[in-house]
Formats: sequence, C-alpha cells, structure tokens
Amino acid sequence: MKKYRLLKQFLRGNKAAYIAGIVFMIIAQLLSLVNTFIIGVVIDSVIGDILPEGIAYKGLQLLGGKEHLMHNLWICGLVLVFFSAFEGVFMFLSRKYSAIAGEGIAKNIRMDLYEHLQNSTYLYNTSIKTGDIMQRCTSDLETVRNFLATQFQDLIKCIVLIVASVSVMQKVNTDLTLAGFSLMPIIVLGAFFFFRYVSKKFLLADEAEGVMSTVIEENLSGMRIVRSCATQSREIEKFIASSLDYRNKDLKITVAFAWYWGLSDAICQLQIGVVLVTGIILAVKGEITVGMLTVFMTYVHNLIWPIRGMGRVLGDMGKASVSLGRIQEVLEAPREPGRDDTGLTPKIEGNISFENVSYEYTDGNEVLKDISFSIGKGETLAILGKTGSGKSTLLHLLVGLLPYEKGSIKVDGIELGEINKRHLRKNIGIVLQEPFLFSKTIKENISDNNPDITDADIEKATSIASVDRAIRNFEKGYDTMVGEKGVTLSGGQRQRVAIARTLIGNCKVLIFDDSLSAVDMQTDKEIRNALRKHCADTTTILISHRINTLRQADLILVMEDGRITDRGTHDELIQREGLYKQVYDMQSCVLDMAKAGE
Amino acid sequence: MEEDNREIFNKNIDLKMWKKAIKYLAKYMNHVIGIVIAMIINAATDAALPLFTEYAIDNFIAYKTTEGLGLFIILYVLLLILKGMTIYTFIYLADKLWHLVSHDIRVDGFKKLQELSFSYYDRNATGSLFTRVTSDVGRLTGIISWGLVDMIWAISMIIMMTVYMFMKNVKITLVVLTVIPILAVISVFFQKRILFYSREARRYNSIITGAFSEGIQGATTSKTLVREESHISDFEKKTDDMRTASIKTAVYSGLFFPIVSVLGIIGTSLAIWQGGVMILGEVITVGTLTLFISYTLQFFHPVNDMARIFARFQFSQAAGERIMALLEADIDIKDSDEVIEKYGNITSDMPVPKLKGSIRFENVSFRYKEGEKVLDTFNLSVEPGQCIALVGETGSGKTTIVNLTCRFYEPTEGTIYIDGQDYKTIPLMYIHKNLGYMLQAPHLFSGTIMDNIRYGREDATEEEVINAAKMVEAHDFIMKFENGYNHVISKGGGGISTGQKQLICIARAIVNDPCIFVLDEATSSVDTQTEKAVQRAISKVLHNRTSFVVAHRLSTIREADRILVIDKGKVIEQGSHEELMKLKGHYHNLYTSQFIDDSNKDLFGTPEPLPVED
Repeated sequence: MKKYRLLKQFLRGNKAAYIAGIVFMIIAQLLSLVNTFIIGVVIDSVIGDILPEGIAYKGLQLLGGKEHLMHNLWICGLVLVFFSAFEGVFMFLSRKYSAIAGEGIAKNIRMDLYEHLQNSTYLYNTSIKTGDIMQRCTSDLETVRNFLATQFQDLIKCIVLIVASVSVMQKVNTDLTLAGFSLMPIIVLGAFFFFRYVSKKFLLADEAEGVMSTVIEENLSGMRIVRSCATQSREIEKFIASSLDYRNKDLKITVAFAWYWGLSDAICQLQIGVVLVTGIILAVKGEITVGMLTVFMTYVHNLIWPIRGMGRVLGDMGKASVSLGRIQEVLEAPREPGRDDTGLTPKIEGNISFENVSYEYTDGNEVLKDISFSIGKGETLAILGKTGSGKSTLLHLLVGLLPYEKGSIKVDGIELGEINKRHLRKNIGIVLQEPFLFSKTIKENISDNNPDITDADIEKATSIASVDRAIRNFEKGYDTMVGEKGVTLSGGQRQRVAIARTLIGNCKVLIFDDSLSAVDMQTDKEIRNALRKHCADTTTILISHRINTLRQADLILVMEDGRITDRGTHDELIQREGLYKQVYDMQSCVLDMAKAGE
Repeated sequence: MEEDNREIFNKNIDLKMWKKAIKYLAKYMNHVIGIVIAMIINAATDAALPLFTEYAIDNFIAYKTTEGLGLFIILYVLLLILKGMTIYTFIYLADKLWHLVSHDIRVDGFKKLQELSFSYYDRNATGSLFTRVTSDVGRLTGIISWGLVDMIWAISMIIMMTVYMFMKNVKITLVVLTVIPILAVISVFFQKRILFYSREARRYNSIITGAFSEGIQGATTSKTLVREESHISDFEKKTDDMRTASIKTAVYSGLFFPIVSVLGIIGTSLAIWQGGVMILGEVITVGTLTLFISYTLQFFHPVNDMARIFARFQFSQAAGERIMALLEADIDIKDSDEVIEKYGNITSDMPVPKLKGSIRFENVSFRYKEGEKVLDTFNLSVEPGQCIALVGETGSGKTTIVNLTCRFYEPTEGTIYIDGQDYKTIPLMYIHKNLGYMLQAPHLFSGTIMDNIRYGREDATEEEVINAAKMVEAHDFIMKFENGYNHVISKGGGGISTGQKQLICIARAIVNDPCIFVLDEATSSVDTQTEKAVQRAISKVLHNRTSFVVAHRLSTIREADRILVIDKGKVIEQGSHEELMKLKGHYHNLYTSQFIDDSNKDLFGTPEPLPVED
C-alpha cells in the first residue's frame, strides 16, 4: 500500500482539479447520452406518432406539446444545440481540469525526484548510474503520469458510460441491451492480449533501433578513424545491415497491427450490425421504435471504442505499477541528515581540529584510522599521500559529505556534527579535483545568479584563480556558455573556474582537493600567491603532489593507508627519511636537471 | 540544436522540398496506388454503413416485414469484411511504405555523411547529424505515408458523403453543408495551435531531461556549494514552463473538440428541422433523416483530418529541410575532375599504391570558415620516417597542422606536397589509405577485438593481427578474456580499460601499416603499468614512419626528431629536446611542469577514475 500513499503524495495540491476533471467528464458523458436520447424522442414523438412517456412527455409538454413542436421543428433543433453546448462546456472543463491536474501531478513527481536527488546522501549520489536514474526520471515518470492523468480517467469514463448507457437501454428494451453488449467481452480481451503481445515485439524493434543508433554514433564519433582507415564502404554496408534489421523488425509489428486493427474493426462493426439486425426484428414485432433504435445504435457506437481502449489500459496497468515502483526506489534513497534548519549556526573563524577520527565504509573497509591534527585560523595545512591513502575521505568528512562516527571533529571548538550542514558548507568551501561545471554561462556558474554578487566580485575571484584573461579571450567573455552548447573548457580552465566559484563564497576555510593538478606549475604558483595576498585570514587545506605547492604550508601531513605517518613543516620533513623526502628528492632532481638543460 | 518553433510555424509550404522528398516514393509506386485504392474503398464503406440503417428503417421497419433480412445481413457482413480488409491493407502498406522509405533516406544520409568534409562536421554538431538520420527521417516519411492515408480518406469521405446526401435530398444537403466551411476554418485554427504548443511542451521536456542529468551528475558539486535550493528553484521554473505549455495544448484541444462537436450538432439540428418538415410533408422518409443525422455527426472527422495533416505538413517541413540540406550539402574536399580523369574514381574498397611519406608545407595559411587565421604562412619539411612532435596550448594550431596533413582540410593559401607532389593532385583515397590516425580518446567499434584490430585492413590474417597485438603487449590481456580475440566489445567498451583500448588502437595502426602516422596523444591517465606499455607501443609504431604527434607524453616528445612549439598559429620554438631546453623558454616551462607530474604518477599511482556517465 506504500504505492498508494505515493500516488496520494503525487496528487497533492491537485486533488480538487483531479476530482473536478472526473466529475465534469461524467456530467459531459451523461449529457451526451441525453442528447442522443433527445434525437430519438424527436424522431419518435414529434415527427412520428408515438406517445412519449415519463421525462420525454414532460419535456414535450414544457416546450408546447407535440403539435406546436411539429410545426416549429427549429425549437427541437435549438434544444439539441443547447444541450450539446452544455455538453461542450463540461467537456471543455473536464479536459481543462484534467490537464491542470495531470500536469500538476507530473510537476510534483519531477520536483519530488529532483529535490530528492539534490538532497540524497553523497554516498548514494556516487553509487548510482546516471543512465538508469535518468530513465526513471523520464520514461517511468511519463508512464505514471499517463496512467494517473489519462488512463485512469478513461477507465472511469468507460465505466460511467457503460453503467449509464445500460440503465437507459435497459429501460427501453432488455433484449436489445443484451445484443448490444454481446461482443464487447471479445473486444476487451482482444485488445488486452494484443497489446501485451505486441509490446514484446516493440522491445525487439527498440533493440534493433539501438543497434542501428550505435552504428551511427560510433561512425560519427570515429569519423577520423573511418576516413584514415578508408573504410567508408564497409561502414555503409554495416549501416545498411543494421537499418534493414530494424526495418524488418518494424515490419513485423506492422503486420501485427494490420491484422489487429483490421480484425477488431470488423468485430466492432459486427457488434453494431448485431444491434441493427436485432433492432430490426424487434421493431418489426413492434417492441421498439425507430427513434429508440437510433438511440441504441448511437450508444453502442459511442461505447465500442472506449471499451476497446479499456482493454489496452488494463493491459498496460502492469507497466504503470512497475514504473511507480522504480520511482519509489529513488524517492526512498537515503537523504542527507541535518540539512534542514536544525543544528547550530555559529560564526566560523576557521580553527579546525581532528581527534582520533576513524572512518570505515559500509563494507567494513577502514579508510581512515585514528586521525588527529589541528590548525588555527589563517593557517595552511597541506596533505601528501598516494591514491587511496584516505586524504579525500578526510576532506569529505570535514565538509559533512560523509558522516563520522568515531572520534571528534571540531570547528572553532564546536562539534562538527552539531553544525547545520548548509551553514558549514557556506563557511568551508571545497574545490573538487574534477569539478562539475553546469551548462550555464561562466558568469552564472560563478555567481549562481546571486544578486548580491557584483561583476567586480566575480572579476576579483577569477583574477585570483588566474582565469580572468582566459575568460575574456572567449568571444562572449563571461557570458560564454559552458558545455555542449558552448565552449569546451580545458581541464585546467575548468579547475580554475571552479576555484573562482568557490572563492566567491568568501569562505573561512578553503579546501583544494588536488584541484590544481591540471594547471601548469607557473599558474599554480600565481594562484597560490594571489590567495596568500587576498585571503590571508582564510584557513587553507591543500592536497597536492607537487612539493612546490606544499612547501609553504604551516603543517604538512603525510598519509599512507589511512594513517598519518608523518607530520611537520617542509624543513622538518626533508630532514628525515620518508615519503615526503623521497618525493622531494625526485622532484628537485628533476628541476635541477631541467635547470641544467639535462 | 534546438529548432525554433515560431519561425517554422509561419513558413509557407515549401513545395520544392516536398517534391524532392516525394521522389523517394517513386520506387514504391505500387504501394502508393494500393494505399489510394484501399483508402477510397475504406471511405466508401464508412460512408455506406449509415445507408444500411436507412434501408432498414424505410423497408423492414416501415413495412413491418423481415423479408430480405437474410440478404441484408449477408451484405452487411460482406461490407464489414471488406472494410476490415481495407484497414488491413492500408495499415500494412502505409506502415511498410514508411519503413521502406525511411530506410532508403537513412542510407542515403549515412552515405553522404561518409563523404562530407570535416568542415561540415565543424559546423554541425554530431548530435544534430544523428537526429537528422534518425528521428528527422522518421518524422518526414511518417507524414508522407500517413499523410497520404489520411488525406485520401478525408477527401473521399467528404466527396462520398456529399454525393450520397445530394442524391437523397438537395435542399437539406445544401443547408447542412453550410457547416463545413466553418468547421474547416476552426479546425485549421486549432490544429496549428495545438501542434505548436505540443512542440513547445516537447522542447521543454528535453530541457527538463537535460536538467535531470545535470542534477544527478552535479549533485556533489551542488552540495559543496550549497546550491541545492537555487538549483531546485531553477528546476521548478523549467517544470512550470513545461506545465504551462502542456496545459495550453490541452486547453486548445479541449476547446476544439467541443466546438467542433457542437458544430456537428448544429448540422444535425438543421437536418432535423429541414428533414422533419419534409417527413411530415412526406418528401423524405424517417430513414433518410437518420442518414442525415449520422452524416452530420461524422462531418468533423474528415475535415479535422485535413486540418491536422495541413498543420503537420508545416511542422514536418523543418525536419524535411534538415534532411535535404544534409543530402545536398557540398563536399569541400574531393578529387578534382582532373584527378578523376587521370586516376579514375577511386573508392575506399580499391587497392592503392604505397606512398613514401615525405611531406612539405609551403607557405601554408589556414582559416576555418569565417574565422581567424589559425595558421599563418607555415613552412615545414619532413623527410620520410621523421617524427615531428607538436607542443603548445589548446587552440594554438597543433590540431590544424595535423588536420591539414591528413587532408581532412585543405590549406586556404599555400601548398602541401606529399612525395614532392601537390597533394591536391593525388586521389584522396591514396592519401587516406596510407594514413594512420590515432585519436586522443581511443575509439573502438562494437564487435570483436579481432575485428577492431583489423579494422583498417580487412584482409589481414589472424597471424598478422596476433603479431601486432604481441608487438604492443596487448596479446596477454586479450588472451585473458574467455574468448580471446573474439571477445566482444560492446557499446562503450565495457570490460576494457582506457589503456587497453589505446593498445588495441595502436595494434590496429600497426596492422594497417601506414607510411604517415598521426597521433593526437591522450592526456587522460591510465595505470602506470599500462602507461609504460602504451609508451613502448607508441615508440614502436612511430619507428620508421613519417609521423606527427600532438604530444603530451615526455617520452614521446623526447624521441621526436624535431619538436615544434606552436603558439597562435606560428612556430615559436623548434629543434631537438636538448636545443629547446637550452633556450629556457616556453618549452622549458612546459617540460618541467609536465615532468614532475609524470614522475608523480610513478610514485603515487594515478587517481582513481571518476565515475563516468555510461
């Protein structure tokens, strides 16, 4: 029943419109039945000579009686137009409110998914496959929306139509009613099984289309290889084969559909024929009037196609349930705790201490063991360590991406776990090694459209990050779009834009997770000098493999296998054997070699 | 590339484009004729069915007799069998026509893509080319074949209903037909808008899809920058746009159908009014009146169909124009008439003579279309077997030199000589078949490893393939796969690391044995061991071949016979490694940064690969 609760969640704010859509639809359907009935009564009792009964009689009297109407048939026409205009109004209202509800539901699902993905934990975000989640956010969402907004309403419409038509028809003639529904079960079941059957064929065709798409994609992306290997003719052969296969699979569906629509149409038409012939026999016997026969014919005619559609909806219902389940899985992913307004929001100065901090992944693999160190406001901490030594994990703990359980991390003496996460991250900025730039302009990437950030602020940040000139060299400068629709930035440019983006937040603590790796040494140095000049009060944490980058730090930690194996200043560390000295020797040797011109 | 809805919407129907598209139908004239016949019969059966009711009322019921009912039933059943058959036929033929013509246009488009010059690829994003040969083709041919179906049906239906009605009673017909022009105007008005907004909704939908993908990939960044809220509110704007467009679509269609059906009822009322009087005067029968009633209730179907086709034609035009633009695009670089006259038409499956591989650039300048000069009076002379390393920043012109060498582009000014001959006078295929090219990102095709290694030379023996693999030290890891050389590389190359892919690509180049080799070296890091193997493999493939390397690896740079440091389209430093180091200039700075990072790789290992989108 969890799924039911989820559906209710998606309906929020749209219940009134949703119900209104259904109610208006029911009214419209009933009015359409009335309209048909009026035509029947007019044929029978105004033009013909049959005495009307019940409502029909009252109606005729109200409009001046048979004689009057007979000579003023335009009144009947007007009544008909009047009722159908009413029907039209309700039909419109129903469609309008159904659309409002349906699109509102779609928006709710989209927002829920997006919001959840933004607020899920770091561990979840890094464990998912983008393609899989994307499918849930697009095609599964569409399936659920379609079910709620269209199919479910169609189902109700169909049921209302059946119940209402049957009750009217029943009153007029039972035998003809039975005849009118004699073939309906076949029509429903036929649609139900056909659409189940053909959806498998669609899968096959989709696969074939996928193969063909791959051939085109690989060909386009490898065009230079194709040209330099001069394999165009073979590529064309390969493409023709895949396109033919796709075509032939599609043709199989074509044949299936041709049979289905041909046969089912004939059966539907046969159903109408059954009513007509039974009606003729009954009318000849005098059990039904001509007008009522036309009413029956129209009712059955109007019922038959929705009923065929119902078979399809029932066949597709399983799919909607599966899709809903897949969306549910995403929405049940763990959310990052402490992101609401709870927690402390102290003024952060930038004193940081780690005391016996350990961290292990859920599989029990310990990545950090017993880490202790402290740095004061405005100081610089540098970390050197091999890949997998746990240095990135340490930084992720500090910005609250990962929760720590053992030991204590304090910011200005306050336990980090108690600080509000948003507050924490606004004060502790981190530049990731492979930063993600959003497909907006460079300016928007840096300022996030924050009205408090001026162009001067942006330029200051970019000049500290040494990327100002590169940005100005782009044709559109700061308004250059990043990504697919704009320029492709080099790795170094991306890192520098990301640095500017973090600098703009005026954080008290700045963390560089190897985020100068794609920048050449000269620029690296320029950035560090600018930082020292403009952000003297800022506590800085650097991960790097370059001794030149590390050497000026107040404290250098050497990490191996999740432990701090050595610590000290540059001058202290080069005095003793160890990883730091090893790296230093090698790099200075290189530099000497370079200086000497080898 | 986003198509601009508004612009397309106001365009008039471009008959020329449709004529070209319709030419593709010529091969399948029998299908077209079949569809036309099936649709006419189908419309005739649709129009004839109400006649049965009319007959029944006026004969069986009016005279209270069931005489002849048997024949009536037989005729009715025959008619519906006929109708079923026409439905089968037109769905079969129209759908088949759609797929057949799609296939034909797709193949033509793909062939064209194989011939177009790279300048065309610069102007058109790969994604947009991809859509042209896939969904655009589907859209264009869909409207051609299904449009044909709907149009023939609608026209025949209108004609037949009108004819039947006139045969029954001229006056009533004239009265009820007054509704049709109004119906037509309203249908056109609404269909255009409905299609327009549904396109808008689709466009927003793809924007939302993009936003989801960014939201997922950039989630960690959003967290660290505390931008979740602003991203969520950005996203909300997009979903609101989508909602508005979708609701507008629904409102227009929600208005349209009631209006049209009320119009239909007005027709019905007119029929009852006029017809009723006539029944009372015994001019027509009750049956005839019911006939008029059913016709007036059905009027809007064919009229609406016509309006829809009209609107869809306008919208599909853009897709059609994009395809035709591709099919008719000029090929910048191709053999001149003189070359064809001298050598014949050389296609990619013909054998060609081997070149020696000396290359000379003489005062070569180059600019991309309407762009700045990327290369300015560039001169270079390379002996066969020499290796040239190109060093410089992104956008300095390194890649341009490589592209010109490959004759992916031709110089704007100046001449390039291969083996002493202006390369424009050599058939393109001679050059390309003597060329090896390796991309930054190793490119493998779906298929087995064997297929990939012999990609450039299909007649290479298994032994040659294995020898090449052994030479680049790929043999061992290939043999570790269950099927060895028959291991299938799927889309995206699952199961094979980037470094291994590089090795396979080098093996491919060795099997191909080109005399000119061009390498755009990868910057992406692979694990140390593979990196070493890649370096050794590269040095093997460079050996004794004229080669150009856009270099990032120091080992490659140092091995080069000559290093060119390129900046803004000019050579700013050139010489051997030793000579350039002594200059202490640009090269010196690049080299030291690079070397430290390279040696760090040995010590620290390379960073773990980040999750890449699959």
